[in-house]
Amino acid sequence: MNTTTYNRRSFFKVSAVAGGGILFGFNMLTAQKTEAGVAEVLADANQINGYIQIDSKGIVTIMSANPEVGQNVKTSMPMIVAEELDVAWKNVIVKQAPLDTKNFVRQVAGGSQSLRFSWKALRTAGATARQMLINAAAQKWGISPSECTTNEGVIRNSKGQTVTYGEIAAEAVKMEVPKDVPLKNPKDFKIIGKNTTNVDIKAITTGKPLFGLDYKREGMLYAVALRPPAFGQTLASFDDKETRKVNGVKDVIKFGNKIAVLATSTWAAIKGQKALKATWTGDTKAESTEEHDKKMLAFLDTPSSAPKRNDGDVKTAFANADKVLERTFHGPFMPHNSMEPMNFFANVTADKAELVGPTQRPEETRKQVATLLGMKEDQVSVEMTRIGGGFGRRLMWDFALEAAEISKLAKKPVQLVFTREDDMTAGLYRPATKYKFRVAIKDKKVTAYHLTGTGINGQNFVRETFFPAGAFENLLMESHNVESKITTAPWRAPITNFLAFAEQAFFDEVAREIGADPVQFRLDLFEQARVNAQKGMKFDYDVDKSIGVIKLAAEKSNWGKAEKGVYQGFSAYYSHNTYVAEVAEVVMQNNQPVIKRIVCAIDCGIVVNPVAAINQSEGGVIDGIGHAMFGDFSFVDGKPQANNFNKFRLIRMSEVPKVEIHFVPSLNDPTGLGEPTLPPVGAAIANAIFAATGKRLYSFPFAKELGMQGS
Amino acid sequence: MPTYKLTVNKKKYEVNADADTPILWVLRDHLNLVGTKYGCGIAQCGACTIHLDGKATRSCVLPVSSIGNKAITTIEGLSEDGTHPLQEAWATHDVPQCGYCQAGQIMTAAALLASNPKPTEEEIVTAMQGNICRCATYNHIKDAILTASRK
Repeated sequence: MNTTTYNRRSFFKVSAVAGGGILFGFNMLTAQKTEAGVAEVLADANQINGYIQIDSKGIVTIMSANPEVGQNVKTSMPMIVAEELDVAWKNVIVKQAPLDTKNFVRQVAGGSQSLRFSWKALRTAGATARQMLINAAAQKWGISPSECTTNEGVIRNSKGQTVTYGEIAAEAVKMEVPKDVPLKNPKDFKIIGKNTTNVDIKAITTGKPLFGLDYKREGMLYAVALRPPAFGQTLASFDDKETRKVNGVKDVIKFGNKIAVLATSTWAAIKGQKALKATWTGDTKAESTEEHDKKMLAFLDTPSSAPKRNDGDVKTAFANADKVLERTFHGPFMPHNSMEPMNFFANVTADKAELVGPTQRPEETRKQVATLLGMKEDQVSVEMTRIGGGFGRRLMWDFALEAAEISKLAKKPVQLVFTREDDMTAGLYRPATKYKFRVAIKDKKVTAYHLTGTGINGQNFVRETFFPAGAFENLLMESHNVESKITTAPWRAPITNFLAFAEQAFFDEVAREIGADPVQFRLDLFEQARVNAQKGMKFDYDVDKSIGVIKLAAEKSNWGKAEKGVYQGFSAYYSHNTYVAEVAEVVMQNNQPVIKRIVCAIDCGIVVNPVAAINQSEGGVIDGIGHAMFGDFSFVDGKPQANNFNKFRLIRMSEVPKVEIHFVPSLNDPTGLGEPTLPPVGAAIANAIFAATGKRLYSFPFAKELGMQGS
Repeated sequence: MPTYKLTVNKKKYEVNADADTPILWVLRDHLNLVGTKYGCGIAQCGACTIHLDGKATRSCVLPVSSIGNKAITTIEGLSEDGTHPLQEAWATHDVPQCGYCQAGQIMTAAALLASNPKPTEEEIVTAMQGNICRCATYNHIKDAILTASRK
């Protein structure tokens, strides 16, 4: 249907699952233009609420509100609506909603929070719509709604009469919006918990336009920008004579500290960018990895005046220790390297700005663009395309601002394209970090724990409410920031993506130092945390869930009983509200350790779409292995030392182990999976490599530390 | 700008483009066939894989002037209706996460199966080594190729 459907104005509010008592509004009127070409939806579709339209044949359109970055929300979130609405999934069509704060909550792809925050809102949207359909049918039949039942889009009454959702939808929109509609018992779920294929599968496998770079507009120019080659530099002058000779180049525009080349094709814009001659000035000496390292190492020996956590009496415990074990870990910067390089479409005119593209955070993007252009937020629209990978990079908005600025100056619709080199060198990076761990050991027991973290441009490099906080009576956590001109951003599982490796690798060393089994050592610490909680100690994790995943991973991996020549390593970490424990198995081949298998146990509550949950969890594990093994990124005088995949090594098929995912059966509300399986895996493989080789690893990339070929 | 006669997915096209224009950008920007993806521009990631006379080729480093009479197949033309055994296996195994690299993965795999219909797991790994999946769907890709090869 091409028409805009207007229905009765109405409004209702539901409370969200998390944060207790937050109220979210649903505007019942959405002037939602549906896309042409979706022939299955009839033009008579009725908008039941912000999420749901039903046409007279019973085809249900469910809006997917959150950005789809590969985490499967475009499939799994509509599944939740369909479940409570009680329709057959085969009759559901999913559409990507634009940014629409009136109708939707938290349109963000970040922090592994989409399902957790939307769970109750999505269920309520489905259940409320179902009740309105029932109420309309009951009114038609002149009976009480309680005499009606539903089954996959059909309402039936006690006399055996039936009406379909499609037949009654036009009446349903006239119904009063019911409050406090009961939700299904999770035991009765029919769609949630069933493997459901990605709704975009056909479009992906046949090459349909889906992504930001696929977006086109009549009269649009492609823009490629030249940015400072080193952090800390500014543009002194430039010469665009050669650029303007390139066929297809239409304009060259200086904007701020950068130069944009606008052309009728991407290739012409890239050629034009390469032909620019620019001179840059600025002191970048401080922005070398060597200099950063010196500053960070100095901080590791500096007591903080404001520790993040200081339990008990660490000083006395260390003074009375039989032995102190101290280790330092080094984490490099890391680019995000989404397969789809940064890009955004902007069409800025005198009174409005249209933005279209891949963003994990459309609402913030709109706010930033409005500020830049001096417009009101309602003058700026943001449409989300499918996103070719984010990993946190697209939580930022720099590319959208650039596109808007270029479009404004050029007075043209513009598709800004980053080359791979632009993407890797003008990035915002995972900050480089360093950690120093110390434990005091007395009578084969750990009596105090001291962690100092430092890194580049970060607010807090430790996690003072996570394990092992709570497990030790004497515990000190400190954090120091090193300021730098190098821009940083969240990177899949911010901070914990390296901290978890360092901590869980250190724990392995501590366990062996006191002669404990690494799994039993952790179980004992969680039991201690339980005791300490009863004494009033505060922390953010659940002891039983932590123990649950540790035991499941140990059981499924046959921990401690591996066959000869197979070496195991253990690690567990809680982050983003999800509990994960992992066992890595390594064998020696040609005198080098090879990772053969990862067994991963997860407690994320209800698993909405198992096939996608497994894929996502595996992806996090393998991503973590890849960056631990090969991730290496440094700066000399502010200049990134890798600019493409020939210099930055990403994991490839031959390096990927078998990954087994095991979910703890649960009826708890779901939590996310975009990040939590990544943090623990570095330590699982490092600990297994130690078991196999006797070598401890303290820095990424492991391949370099191990002197492996090609590293 | 010179004119080039191209055969893409069995259709004839004439395009005006600079001789050095990689066929990737001709497909995407000139012919509006955007299924073939840009990933690195230096033949390192495989996102841009097409078939040139049936052979898997990186389109990002292949100038339009070098095509000659060779037939180009892109993901849009791999099958009439999206039912190539690999396209179906990709759905069976629900392979994609973000999906951006998958057209290139499928094109590389399709060329493999065309020359070696029953590859071993090792042969699959060797053939697919040039294709990066940043979401790391590698094990699902491998399983999907094995499934397709059994059809």
